Amino acid sequence: MRHFFRRKSSKEVAKDRLKILLISDRVNCSPEMMEMIKADIAKVISKYMKIDAKSMEIQISKTGSKGGRGMRTPTLYANIPIIDLNQ
Amino acid sequence: MSEVIVVTSGKGGVGKTTTSANVGTGLARMGKKVCLIDTDIGLRNLDVVMGLENRIVYNLVDVVEGNCRIKQALIRDKRNPSLYLMPSAQTRDKSAVTPEQMIKMITHLREQFDYIILDCPAGIEQGFRNAIAGADRALVVTTPEVSAIRDADRIIGLLEAEEFKQIDLVINRLRTDLVKRGDMMSASDVVDILAVSLIGVVPDDENIVISTNQGEPLVGNGTPAGIAFQNICNRVLGKEVPFADFSKGISFWTRVSGIFHKV
Repeated sequence: MRHFFRRKSSKEVAKDRLKILLISDRVNCSPEMMEMIKADIAKVISKYMKIDAKSMEIQISKTGSKGGRGMRTPTLYANIPIIDLNQ
Repeated sequence: MSEVIVVTSGKGGVGKTTTSANVGTGLARMGKKVCLIDTDIGLRNLDVVMGLENRIVYNLVDVVEGNCRIKQALIRDKRNPSLYLMPSAQTRDKSAVTPEQMIKMITHLREQFDYIILDCPAGIEQGFRNAIAGADRALVVTTPEVSAIRDADRIIGLLEAEEFKQIDLVINRLRTDLVKRGDMMSASDVVDILAVSLIGVVPDDENIVISTNQGEPLVGNGTPAGIAFQNICNRVLGKEVPFADFSKGISFWTRVSGIFHKV
């Protein structure tokens, strides 16, 4: 029973896959490149504070302009959990 | 003032032609003068879905090449006197027509019709370019599947780059039983991902197969898909129609279609 509850529904799998896929489709930027950007950002921030590089997330989304999806202004969002500010 | 709507999807087989036929028929039944244009040169299908395949004399390529007048190529629908079809050519290919020629033809048609609906071919090549060239707004058709949604996203990006004023999403072939089970994305999941306005959700309905077999669009006939297409037509006209709650399961729809099968 516990196994049943823990399993992700196939719909969730599809949604997660699509989200990642569409980010790279929309910016013409491969998932590998996103990983490289992520690693580089982590390296720079780590110079100044201790961060949780494993659970950090980056994504390119397109908000900012008024037209529904706002395709014209892509923005890079980075979500970087800080472990210790005063390193 | 006339409005030119392109029905597109990127991926093939998601229901562009079915949507074009039903939206066109629905709008005509509501008293609008409608022209359906099949832009899929080489693979024409809208004529068979409409049940008008035996009446074709001239086609879209004949019109742009000047072999006939626009009026000669237009086929009047069997049932709706205000509905016309411009069939595509079966023996030519996409390169027979250019976007400029499409715009020119549509400009002429605008004078005679309230709505011009363009059934776009699958893909993002010349056929797609031809179909979107003269259009004011777009209906993007997708199914709740990863491949169709990915292609729809690509199409929406291309339409936005062409500065389309209005892009609306039609989610076709939704299976409420699978959604309930967590094995299919719901309409709101799809809207979430594509971030575009929703104009209709069409449930997966065997009546579509029957209607295509018979060459008679089912819009407005009381079947689940027929009701959904009728709602889309009303929303195209700018009317507010609440969305049916497809999360509640299929019991209601099954009951409704059950009644129709008995009759």
